[in-house]
Amino acid sequence: MNPAQTVGTEGETQAGPPTPSSSTQRLALAGNPNCGKSTLFNALTGLQQKVGNYPGVTVEKKEGTFYGNQGQPITVLDLPGTYSLQARSPDEAISRDVLLGRAPGTPCPDLVVAVVDATNLERNLYLVSQLLELGIPTVLALNMLDNAEQAGIVVDPEVLSQSLGIPVFPLVATKRVGMIALRQAISRKDLPPPARCAPMPAALEAEARRIAPFLNAPDTARFSEALLLLGLCESQLQSSLHVSPEVRALILEAQQRLISAGIDPISAAVDARYQWITQICQAAVRGSATHTFTLSDRLDRVLTHRLWGSLAFISAMTLMFLSIFSLAKIPMDWIDAGHTALADWVQSHLPEGDFRSLLVDGVIAGVSGVVIFLPQILTLTFFLGLLEDSGYMARAAFMMDRLMSRVGLHGKSFIPMLSSFACAIPGIMATRTIEQRKDRLVTILVSPLMSCSARLPVYALMIAVLLPDASVFQQSAIMLSMYLLGIGAAFLMALLFKKTLLRSETPVLLMEMPPYRMPSLRDLGLRMKERAWIFLKRAGTVILSLSVLLWALTTYPKPQNPDAKGSEVIAHSFAGRIGKALEPAIRPLGFDWKIGIGLVGSLAAREVFVSTMGIVYNVEKEDNQQSESLRDTMLAEKRADGTPVYTPLVCLGLMVFYVLAMQCLSTLAVVRRETNSWRWPAFQFAYLTLLAYLGAFIIYQGGRLLGWS
Amino acid sequence: MAALALSHLGVGEKGRVTSMTLSAPIRQRLMEMGLTVGTECAVIRFAPLGDPMEVRVRGYHLSLRKSEAEGVWIERL
Repeated sequence: MNPAQTVGTEGETQAGPPTPSSSTQRLALAGNPNCGKSTLFNALTGLQQKVGNYPGVTVEKKEGTFYGNQGQPITVLDLPGTYSLQARSPDEAISRDVLLGRAPGTPCPDLVVAVVDATNLERNLYLVSQLLELGIPTVLALNMLDNAEQAGIVVDPEVLSQSLGIPVFPLVATKRVGMIALRQAISRKDLPPPARCAPMPAALEAEARRIAPFLNAPDTARFSEALLLLGLCESQLQSSLHVSPEVRALILEAQQRLISAGIDPISAAVDARYQWITQICQAAVRGSATHTFTLSDRLDRVLTHRLWGSLAFISAMTLMFLSIFSLAKIPMDWIDAGHTALADWVQSHLPEGDFRSLLVDGVIAGVSGVVIFLPQILTLTFFLGLLEDSGYMARAAFMMDRLMSRVGLHGKSFIPMLSSFACAIPGIMATRTIEQRKDRLVTILVSPLMSCSARLPVYALMIAVLLPDASVFQQSAIMLSMYLLGIGAAFLMALLFKKTLLRSETPVLLMEMPPYRMPSLRDLGLRMKERAWIFLKRAGTVILSLSVLLWALTTYPKPQNPDAKGSEVIAHSFAGRIGKALEPAIRPLGFDWKIGIGLVGSLAAREVFVSTMGIVYNVEKEDNQQSESLRDTMLAEKRADGTPVYTPLVCLGLMVFYVLAMQCLSTLAVVRRETNSWRWPAFQFAYLTLLAYLGAFIIYQGGRLLGWS
Repeated sequence: MAALALSHLGVGEKGRVTSMTLSAPIRQRLMEMGLTVGTECAVIRFAPLGDPMEVRVRGYHLSLRKSEAEGVWIERL
């Protein structure tokens, strides 16, 4: 082998083969999705967790600490769940890169804990058979033994351990059964590397050994990497950035030799692994051959039934949606009340001036503008966690896939889009379950078109101005049509993006349908804490600074007269000037410069439109009466020529504008975080604003052409 | 026995995989999920809108679209 060891790509600082003498021991949890890996991670590390990002990608890095039997800290890395080291998504690529020792900034682990689901051993052992080739000491956590027992599956850990050549630890991670033995074993520093691995066809093994010395990987992992590369087709090799052209040529030659020897490089290794696994399972597992009719099967009979399943699905979604609206409303009201109380207190204890104004209208308003999203994010995280951990999410994607594939998306895009009706922020955070980057981006780009709850005050005000004496029925009909417009636009834009900018095939659906399981409240709690923290830390700071900036825009420069009314102050400010400067641009929509101020003021959050218009029209805050007096003032507002400003066409145009426009800096901040660049949020803002402008333009100009006013 | 695509099996019917006519990456992923040549599988159900379908393979349930199942050739058991 090549002794000169150049590990990974540029700028990396990590060890090649595991060094037992290194300061802190590092272990990694690897396993399929749904194998209970996160439960084991939580059981090992408890609250000693932190969530970050792998550099350069948006994959979450979950790390924690646990203390070994001599009290020494051991770092635990919870790798993204994967079915194979042959990665298909960014998440899977991270797992592969960490284990092959080439992830920037993440050293190769000293020990791998392979977590497997005992009820589904054959497929779970596929990944294990790949892990055994890495040359890293490995132990097997044989999890979910209680479920296996219920299903009549008996696994012999001794036989399994002998056949795999690694220690095996029986485990029920949800009930903390078997944890002591596992903890003991993984605290040791002297575990040997795996003693066996799956036998490969001789020709394939020879080709892999021939290629191995030319690869950029730690000595011990080169054979494994060579096998993975030999299994790639030409187009996949072309797009593998870590493969040099020389190595690519070597691989293609090797594949040609294999094909002429009658070996299919795409399937040979997979077949060899499964043959080995089948033999092992025949020796170590009893009772899996007979399929018993489980509770899961009975539940699925109802829950994926054409009629009952659809009803259950609609009920589950309605419940989730209503909870985000109503349950989250309670703490949101508290936050709102707290904000008012704090602002009042500051107002009465500080002398009037710029500092007080900055504190009240900039900082306090900004902080509460951040915190106000927490209840919705927490509620949605709770429900999504419940759906995910119980196994229902896979059924929801199964049922919705047909509809979503019509616009080129995956069934998994449905939940983020639905969640965005409450608020696009938790919705966009929920797109992390979508594997393909382009599909995830399309979902993120169109999610804000779903009418979120912050649009409601704007719709309510404009409907009241449009039809002051409207019946509840008329009001609801207008409201509903706004929602439908958003949904239609979202699907159209998704289709458009999938055909042009983010052109890609409709993603393949190959989804495990895990058995239904009781979710663990502890795991749900930890996930909620994690989500809240991520939001506060990553988006909160941006939202707060933008709020302060917006405060400055609506406050400076000040008019000469210190006794000026609110409306004069805002007209004189930058925001007012921008509003006036915007007037020529928005005149084709029927909007005047005062509406322009409202549009600028509500850039931070749509609902601010109502309070900004209140200031613009000098309507004093008297809580409940405000909206009514604001409505009356707006109804009475006249243009220079004496015609009313808020004609039906202007009202409708304004509503359509708010359906389509990206008037939410918080969402942009979250999109920036989720896509790791300002490029996508900038594009999103541009396309949605353009769409909104066109929408309002068509309503106003089209309506006038038809002779309406 | 005549070759039959997995997508043409009815609910409750079983088959054994004989070959696959799918692009290399999809074929490989299907195999990695356990659907290798020689493996038995059974159709559990179709989604309410007729697509995708759910099959039982190697003791677990996998869902896939008919468009992929059309490239999985089986012999009926």
